[in-house]
Amino acid sequence: MTGSLVVAGNLEEAVQQLAGGARAVAGGTDLVVGARQGKAPLPESLVAIHRLEELRALAEDGDGLRMGALVSHAAIAADPVVRSRYTALADASAIVGSHATRAFGTIGGNLMNASPAMETGGPLLCFGSTVTLRSATGSRGVSLDELFAGPGRTIADAGELLEEVRVPAPAEGTGSAYVRLEYRRQMEIAVVGATAVLRVEDGQVAEARVAITALAPTIRRVPEAEAALVGSDAGGSAVEAAAHAAAAASEPISDVRGSAAYRNAMAEVIGRRAIKAAAARARGEDVPVPATQSYMEV
Amino acid sequence: MKVAATLKVNGISYPVEIESHLSLLRAVREHVGLTGAKEGCDDSECGACMMLLDGQPVNSCSYLALQAEGREITTVEGLAPPGQLSALQEAFLKHGGVQCGFCTPGMLMSATALLRRSPTPSETEIRTALAGNLCRCTGYEGIVKAVMSAADGNAGQAEAASSAV
Repeated sequence: MTGSLVVAGNLEEAVQQLAGGARAVAGGTDLVVGARQGKAPLPESLVAIHRLEELRALAEDGDGLRMGALVSHAAIAADPVVRSRYTALADASAIVGSHATRAFGTIGGNLMNASPAMETGGPLLCFGSTVTLRSATGSRGVSLDELFAGPGRTIADAGELLEEVRVPAPAEGTGSAYVRLEYRRQMEIAVVGATAVLRVEDGQVAEARVAITALAPTIRRVPEAEAALVGSDAGGSAVEAAAHAAAAASEPISDVRGSAAYRNAMAEVIGRRAIKAAAARARGEDVPVPATQSYMEV
Repeated sequence: MKVAATLKVNGISYPVEIESHLSLLRAVREHVGLTGAKEGCDDSECGACMMLLDGQPVNSCSYLALQAEGREITTVEGLAPPGQLSALQEAFLKHGGVQCGFCTPGMLMSATALLRRSPTPSETEIRTALAGNLCRCTGYEGIVKAVMSAADGNAGQAEAASSAV
């Protein structure tokens, strides 16, 4: 095989390489694995960004959580601040692939690979996250609402590198959960997934965000489900209405992991579990991470 | 185009000349000459190629060798001095964790990584840590028993150390 690989020593060098037509590789768990599986050959020209220590920071400041592109799923899932305050994100990163995937797979790669079935997209979307895209000519902020353009596609230009993800701090009283339908506990990706982020005030839902995963060309929020929850006590009928709305907003494909009809039916079940788990956490109940494996109640 | 690189495997630096897109697995097997890590699926499903990179488990079939330059690569050959076995390897023999042996190097690397980050894991933690490693012979029972027995050994040592204090 011919080709070239430059190991970037700093961010500027990395974006210069991208401007010259190279593709970025960090943990290789999408790009290189995809090439091995025959999805797409490895790009001829690669720039490896794994040495850019400045992209490895994970910290909370006054505005919220900041994650460099190279933060691994293992680091996210183990972080006590993420687990307690951005819990849906911990639910998601904790069940990505296997130990090896989580050790080397990065948040930047996960987002830019833009799989409609990827675990972290729903939580980051519901928390109202933005990403910084950096190119040789400058940088811009893009909200997660705008980032995904279709299966495997983002609005980023070829010369742009995801530099950082910012997640606004959830208000007091917020509980969140990400739940997926899985056939096995590891080495899996969502057959169907759902995220719920609920802020409960005096027993009533003051704010609600609900997103569906692996049920549409991109991960997307479901405003009808959110509207069904706001003002309710997150009790039976509101949860039913919201879960039903999540299923109604779904337009899944049929593939080897499930038919469209099955995914549609499961959208309601998984949506209900995510909402109930988020509500339980908002009330201060202990729902261990990952919710997918600790919250099997329907 | 070949590139000159140095790969540090099991503490020894090996100069190699490799294609830029070559996998770590091929570089270690074909250029360094250590064939303990195996190629199974060649796309990160089976775990037969598992190595440690800076102590973390990596599917070396799907990792670019040049990205491993300047880092510590550990293969099954590096788990114990030549002619000796680690406690975990001994446990695999004792508990029948090996049949055909093809998955064994990968199992040992994943389990080694687990026991380093969590010396006394639960059975669930063990099964989770080994989920990226497939075995077609054993039904996994002997493998899980072996890792549990190595973990018990760690617990025993910790107890002995604390009572010695």
